Amino acid sequence: MSEAIAINPTEEQVARDHLAHHFDTPQQQFDAGTLGMWMFLATEMLLFSGLFCAYAEFRATHPDVFRYAGQYLDPVSGLINALILLTSGLTMALAVRFAQTGKRFALSLCLALTMLGGVGFLAIHAKEYFDNGQAKLLWGTHYAPSVGPNGKPVAPVTGLTALVARPKPAASPGWQSLKSLGKAGFVVSHSAIMPASVGPSGVAASQKPAAAENPFQPANVQVFFGIYFLMTGLHSLHVIIGIIVIGWLLIRSLRGEFGPGYNAPVVYVGMYWGVVDMVWMFLFPLLYLIH
Amino acid sequence: MTTITGNTMGHTPAVAAKPDNYLTHGKTIGSWLFTLDHKRIGIMYLITALLAFFIGGMLAEVIRTQLLVPQGLIFHGTGSVASSYAAYRYYNQVFTLHGIIMVFLVLIPIIPGALGNFAMPLMLGAKDVAFPKLNLISYYLYLVGAILAIVSTVLGAVDTGWTFYTPFSIQTESYVVVMVLGIFLVGFSSIFTGINFMVTIHKLRPPGMSWFRMPLFLWAIYSTSLIQVAATPVVGITFVLLMMERVMGIGIFNPALGGNPVLFQEFFWFYSHPAVYIMILPAMGIVSEIIPTFSRKHIFGYEFIALSSLAIALIGFLVWGHHIFVNGQSAELDAVFSFLTFIVAVPSAIKVWNWLATMYKGAIVLKTPMLYVLSFIVLFTIGGLTGVVLGALSEDVVLHDTYFVVGHFHYVMMGGTLIGFIAGMHYWWPKMFGRMYNERIAQWTCVVLFIGINLTFFPQLVVGAEGMPRRYASYLPVYQPYMIASTIGAYIQLVAFLSMAGYLMHSLFYGKKAPMNPWGGGSLEWETASPPPHDNFETTPSVGDPYDYSDLVFDPAVNGYVHIEKPVESLAPVTATH
Ligand code: HEM
Ligand SMILES: [Cu+2]
Repeated sequence: MSEAIAINPTEEQVARDHLAHHFDTPQQQFDAGTLGMWMFLATEMLLFSGLFCAYAEFRATHPDVFRYAGQYLDPVSGLINALILLTSGLTMALAVRFAQTGKRFALSLCLALTMLGGVGFLAIHAKEYFDNGQAKLLWGTHYAPSVGPNGKPVAPVTGLTALVARPKPAASPGWQSLKSLGKAGFVVSHSAIMPASVGPSGVAASQKPAAAENPFQPANVQVFFGIYFLMTGLHSLHVIIGIIVIGWLLIRSLRGEFGPGYNAPVVYVGMYWGVVDMVWMFLFPLLYLIH
Repeated sequence: MTTITGNTMGHTPAVAAKPDNYLTHGKTIGSWLFTLDHKRIGIMYLITALLAFFIGGMLAEVIRTQLLVPQGLIFHGTGSVASSYAAYRYYNQVFTLHGIIMVFLVLIPIIPGALGNFAMPLMLGAKDVAFPKLNLISYYLYLVGAILAIVSTVLGAVDTGWTFYTPFSIQTESYVVVMVLGIFLVGFSSIFTGINFMVTIHKLRPPGMSWFRMPLFLWAIYSTSLIQVAATPVVGITFVLLMMERVMGIGIFNPALGGNPVLFQEFFWFYSHPAVYIMILPAMGIVSEIIPTFSRKHIFGYEFIALSSLAIALIGFLVWGHHIFVNGQSAELDAVFSFLTFIVAVPSAIKVWNWLATMYKGAIVLKTPMLYVLSFIVLFTIGGLTGVVLGALSEDVVLHDTYFVVGHFHYVMMGGTLIGFIAGMHYWWPKMFGRMYNERIAQWTCVVLFIGINLTFFPQLVVGAEGMPRRYASYLPVYQPYMIASTIGAYIQLVAFLSMAGYLMHSLFYGKKAPMNPWGGGSLEWETASPPPHDNFETTPSVGDPYDYSDLVFDPAVNGYVHIEKPVESLAPVTATH
């Protein structure tokens, strides 16, 4: 519905057929949809921004962890993925253009290429996840690599595994100590939270999981991988949703539904895909290019 | 000189029943469940939120009853401390559920969802909101979220408090994941409603209605939507992280895994402080509509009220740290947040002064909506000022986590948001259902409710200042007199609410037929029948100043207000032409 394209009478009819009863003109309807889509995309950015804040917080407080753990990631596959997404962004932009000009074959082709890009991105990323899993470069208590990023062996992290169990109420230290306090009288200002020296899980939270064999490994590397999986996982989820929606557009475009008179869905999905691309352009340097 | 001519829509509102209105348009269950009509969706929100309010209210009565005696009347042990501990866990579950229901299922959605949906397109003279399907999806997200919250309670009630602070919320043996998932969905409902309403106000304003000719309720809804859109995603991701903590042990908030539990508090309050303005702004918008209508006087300081809504929305994003003063925030940050908290009270005060100036020398009509608005002003002022007391850093160090905080937020949430909602519900009730309620009973109910609220929450302020901590199932005997007073207040409120439920239900079946414009309001929703037809307006209404009452006079024949021809400025004699 861009201004440059002349709309012939049949296309005008198409536009009017798609007009909902509470709008006056197709233009008003399209503008409302565009504004709504921008706002939705803003909320998507805000969803990620929470993770970016968490990233900033931990990077500021644990710079050593980020510098160490970042070496585990392969910048080359991150870069390839960035290029793939850039290309697919281009094909999506072309798709929007072809929808507006009514080039139906080119539109379908570009949509298919965009989907292909998304699938390629996911494939490379899945390979990375798989390798991470093999090497036990995971979050929380699942973090237990046997070699450091420098190839030298590290001892498995034992300190953390002890912390995994969530105390059951019956066995929780809070209960035990309460029971032992039983004789102390009625007003016991006691909570289930243990003193700081003991740690909230009731287990000495000595944060020294680092192995002696690899002196370069700082404490709490698992936090980096927690953030890494959250950020890239949320992004991959968006890529998956994008692929599905573009597939739906492809079906509709093969049916010949889009043209100069009606192309709003293509435009809106194009905006969405642009944002998904952009997020990766932030994630890639933040995660893969730390040093 | 002037002749009463009735409205362009004819003279019949009270006499002959309208052939069709939105309530009778389609009678099947499906015509309600799948409706895209903003008015019906509004009514569905209203019913659901009032049901939630009923459950939350019953839980509140349980809490207050428990606190009648120092060791707890309902949940207490059999002598040993361990048995008390087990019994008190139920108390934790009760106040947690009360808080979650009231905040997430009642106060946040009720005004935008019910009254906003119903009234906003009418006030714009529009046929619907911008995205009717999205509107229905919002409602169902809300409904499913609410059901999940209830389900989680049946499976294993959450005992973390409505704030879900980590690490306790990671450790507790209860269905935090299900509960948080429910709230996550309700959050998305809120986001979609916000987007929908903002686009509607941007794109569906009729010709002639510039931004500064909109009714102030729309400014309030717009500012609210802005917060909903900008803040809710953050709490969404926070709750996703909390679920990940419990399901996968991701470790961001878990100190045992190297995470930072205070980060959760930062995230939570980054949303939840703006969320208190999601609750109060629309209530303020309702007040700005009711005061001029019932003072028969143009609103004073329109621009100030309109822009102070936006100011509150924006500054409200910068004060979340006042919830974390004593939880490990640096002294420098504490000071900054304390200062900003003082600033945020300014636009609220601007509104209050403008409302007072509107009433000054007005011809005030003390009908029920106006009575509620007056009690709003009193209660909200107490709530706001106690907020400033808490915002002062040195005082908060003492008062944090005491009953003073409980008193503060109940004054603003109940005395502000809920009373504002009730005022709006009484204001638009004739428009929604085409019936008038019993004015006399409604006025007395308002008075009783006002007494009940003060009796409940004022003692809480005092006892908090004396040091009684919040969220305890038992307390020291010295506090008992205050606790008894507070509980009596809660029972008085219950009486008021039962009375309200009674006369409102009664009005649906036996109430007098409502005229088109029972109060003499000047905005466009009063230019259509009560209840409105399916398409809102039979003829497109013409846009004027929503606060100009000079051409509205009371016509006893229809028991409502009608337009008269305005005298032309040249003083030429006016002849009625309609
Ligand atoms: C005049 C503006 C206001 C100021 C300056 C203010 C200030 C504060 C402060 C400093 C606290 C933290 C107390 C503490 O935990 O130590 C607080 C708590 C709270 N306020 Fe306000 N407030 C204001 C308005 C409101 C409004 C309008 C609402 C809701 C409609 C509200 C709801 C709450 C809630 C729910 C809490 C407590 C949350 C909790 O800890 O469970 N406040 N307020
Ligand atoms: Cu706050």
